[in-house]
Amino acid sequence: MKPVSVLIVDDSSVMRKIVGRSLRQAGLDVVQVLEASNGSEALTLARENSLDLILSDINMPVMDGMEFVRQLRGLESAQQTPVVMITTEAGEAHVVQALSLGASGYIRKPFTPEQIKERVIPLLRG
Amino acid sequence: MDQAITAESERVRIHLSARALGPGAHAEGKASDAADSVAHNDWREELAKATCEVFEIMVGTSLTLPTEPWPPFIPDFAAMVGIAGSLCGLVSLRTTADCARRITAKMLGDDEVGAAEAAQDAFGEVCNMIAGSFKGRISGLADGCALSVPTVIYGRDFTLLSLARGEHYEVTFSFEDKLLTVSLDLHG
Repeated sequence: MKPVSVLIVDDSSVMRKIVGRSLRQAGLDVVQVLEASNGSEALTLARENSLDLILSDINMPVMDGMEFVRQLRGLESAQQTPVVMITTEAGEAHVVQALSLGASGYIRKPFTPEQIKERVIPLLRG
Repeated sequence: MDQAITAESERVRIHLSARALGPGAHAEGKASDAADSVAHNDWREELAKATCEVFEIMVGTSLTLPTEPWPPFIPDFAAMVGIAGSLCGLVSLRTTADCARRITAKMLGDDEVGAAEAAQDAFGEVCNMIAGSFKGRISGLADGCALSVPTVIYGRDFTLLSLARGEHYEVTFSFEDKLLTVSLDLHG
């Protein structure tokens, strides 16, 4: 699998660290990890960087994950970038909304590294 | 942390203060009409299951119930997440600062010195995941409720006062050799 550049979006720095660690435990060759604490910061980073994968929380201040995905898909450079939502909001309506806005996958917190592997790696192969 | 539930005619006040908690007894769960699909006693059980799940997956530790009445302890670290929608209430998690640092260290695979700065963030996230797991376990709540961003309070000189007219459920666990209490306050 080719080396990947990843953006992790979560208002918790602890969760960003855990997600990054889980990606490495899943076997990804992560060459760059960018971090943002809300959707607005993430959009700026997405405009300025070439990304292979984005993992985003939903409940965040300033701009939540749903709005982030919606605006991200309006960026020509990020239209095909896989975006996986990682969130405590596990209801079907949330999943449907996220996918309809352009998310590629959905992982519920708490999560295991195996779940990260199952959901993320197929997106990178695709 | 001391908890006193005081009935005042039609209102129930729940006082959570930074005084010693214990020994032993927890509040009994009462009936709730907030979610008809759930039997009364299940609230506490589902809260306990959600807490255990989060600790097993994210902290790497299996929680246990104290086998004997526990000695008084003084929680000085509390995290809270509000639930709003078809069910309204508050999930809170309380323990000592030492225990919060230990939980953080285990989550991050870090030493406890390194974990001290991250303890507020980590403890809030643990409470957030417990609240999310809890509502995901109750039929109709996953889509019917939203969660607030976590709030963390620490120190010894604080009192939390919920004016909710509802029920209170809590469970105290042993985490390694320390105690932590998770509770659910439902608005009527």
